[in-house]
Amino acid sequence: MFTTIKFMNKYFLFLFALLLVASCNKEAPGNEVFKGFEVPQGFPAPTYPTQTNPVTKAGFELGKKLFYDGRLSRDGTISCGSCHISFSAFTHHGHVVSHGIEDKLGTRNAPAIQNMAWMQNYFWDGGVHNLDLVPISPIQNPVEMDETVSNVVAKIGSDSNYKKLFKDAFGSDDITGIKMMQAMSQFMVMLVSANSKYDKVIAGTATFSADENEGKQIFEQKCSSCHSGVLFTDQNFRNNGLAQNSDKGRYVITLSATDEYKFKVPSLRNVGYTAPYMHDGRFFSLEEVIDHYRLGVQPSATLDTILQQNGNTGITITNDEKSKLILFLKTLSDEDFIKNPLFAEF
Amino acid sequence: MKNLKFVFAIFAVSALTLQSCKKETKKDYDPSQKGKMMLHFDNRAGADDLVLNTGTYSNALGQSFNISKFNYYISNVVLLNSDGSKYTVPQNNSYFLVEESDETTADVELSDIPEGNYSGVSFVIGVDSNRNTLPVSERTGALDPTAAGQDMYWSWNSGYIFLKMEGMYDSVSTMKMFMYHIGGYGGYSSPTINNIKNVTLSFNGTNAEVRKAKTSGPEAHLYVDALKVLNGITNVDFFANPMVMFNAYSVNIANNYSSMISVNHVHND
Ligand code: HEC
Ligand code: HEC
Repeated sequence: MFTTIKFMNKYFLFLFALLLVASCNKEAPGNEVFKGFEVPQGFPAPTYPTQTNPVTKAGFELGKKLFYDGRLSRDGTISCGSCHISFSAFTHHGHVVSHGIEDKLGTRNAPAIQNMAWMQNYFWDGGVHNLDLVPISPIQNPVEMDETVSNVVAKIGSDSNYKKLFKDAFGSDDITGIKMMQAMSQFMVMLVSANSKYDKVIAGTATFSADENEGKQIFEQKCSSCHSGVLFTDQNFRNNGLAQNSDKGRYVITLSATDEYKFKVPSLRNVGYTAPYMHDGRFFSLEEVIDHYRLGVQPSATLDTILQQNGNTGITITNDEKSKLILFLKTLSDEDFIKNPLFAEF
Repeated sequence: MKNLKFVFAIFAVSALTLQSCKKETKKDYDPSQKGKMMLHFDNRAGADDLVLNTGTYSNALGQSFNISKFNYYISNVVLLNSDGSKYTVPQNNSYFLVEESDETTADVELSDIPEGNYSGVSFVIGVDSNRNTLPVSERTGALDPTAAGQDMYWSWNSGYIFLKMEGMYDSVSTMKMFMYHIGGYGGYSSPTINNIKNVTLSFNGTNAEVRKAKTSGPEAHLYVDALKVLNGITNVDFFANPMVMFNAYSVNIANNYSSMISVNHVHND
């Protein structure tokens, strides 16, 4: 009896879901109701000015089309989505540094595009302070897309699909670079990840295992002074003791010696999907990352003081703590985010 | 005694007022009327007219070179009235990109200027820090980093390039390139180099008479000497510094070019 009810329940749920899917079909692509931009429970106020560039369904769709359009590159082969792939939380899965036009290599690892609406600045060195100005950089970069925005405008300008999308989004089919930027921001601002197991535990709808819970406590003691808050970053520029190479990070922007080898503290959300790690993708697994903090931290003039306490460099982490930390980090994986058909290319 | 002083004071004040009224009536212009004024940026190389690519020049260190690109932003124009007042061109109409390769950009037309006799002008070579940090929707015209301004914009640090000068040095046959891309507005959240240069120029005694009735407006003919980018407080050595972009040395070049613009003459018709 009990099992049949359960079965019936499941059956109804399934039917209900089907109905939902069917009804949503009319509303938006990707079988999801388009809800616009929403601040998740517990998140701070966004930094992105959604008042001046409000996210609309039409603007989002235009932004999505642009994001996945190879015409943004000189030879039509590379789209934003080539390096920012949805199922790896919009990183370039499997690529140490960015891999662009004609197989040219950049110097930095493509970061996750998630929760962009809360960032104070963008890129590993924080060089760009406004999301609307971000796309100009990959479009113009000779080793990424090697194009100019004005050429892109010329290329898509005669496309009647685009004309319609611009008209729907901005009320006029006049295609400009600025509107392109605003539409792409609308798409990127929508890429909110806030439904991981961690979030569900906070919301009281799931519980951590004992090991995950211990991992959380270790994280709070040893990691969260930099990877802090609900975004898992304090958005500061810090040197976490990686062996140095020619990329001087924040220094490139400020030309101040005190900023040498400092990089933006990255969010750790979806870190289970975003390997390889660090600004140049030097570590392939979370094990390697933690081993870096335990054993690999290099002393230098700008090494963060948090990583040099009581005359020791690095963080003391036992093998047991290491595995629990990793279990905790994996609770930041948000499957709904990476599988959301609203965001995916296909 | 007191009364007398008072009467005298009244007399003095009214005399002054009368005097100024008299001046007022003598004015042949009305500041409530609006006219035009032109700034003509005539790019030069020392005594010669600047000719891209084919002109060969020599710097203070005797190194020969040519110039293939010479572009700069002029912004925040303020007209100095001979009566001591100032007219600030509204921000939204006060950004200009002068490109030697495009003759039409040499003429900067200022419109809606109150009638008056202007004795000088001040402006910024470059783009002020405020515009460097404004939302994209307010970066129109010459400042649009996705269109007219895209060659004068560093997308990786979201800052405008104030001046670009490129060419070949040593001898054209050895094809050694120099590139001076000078920018730096002081930084958004953390301070860095600031190469914004304010320039104030006097029209040397000839007032530019802005009048509504004039169809073409007075013109200040400005000489912009590209050699001064290289020569001055620091004499730039091509061999030591062929590429100067966003780095500490750029401050020397900006200091040099802060005096590259002078008034050649002003004409009123
Ligand atoms: C060739 C690979 C490549 C392409 C194509 C590419 N990106 Fe990126 N993206 C990167 C890399 C690498 C970085 C990090 C750059 C840095 O920090 O200097 C990055 C950073 C970003 C960031 C900043 C994320 C953060 O947290 O700071 C955003 C947003 C972004 N890209 C959006 C886009 C958009 C929009 C496009 C298409 C117009 C695009 N990208 C095309 C590789 C790429
Ligand atoms: C002193 C501040 C600081 C502390 C403490 C710290 N981190 Fe980091 N973390 C950083 C910075 C900065 C980076 C980026 C460095 C780079 O790429 O150059 C980073 C990068 C990472 C990355 C790579 C993320 C990516 O997307 O590439 C992981 C994973 C990570 N940290 C985990 C941890 C863990 C786990 C701890 C605790 C054991 C920890 N961090 C402690 C500052 C810190």
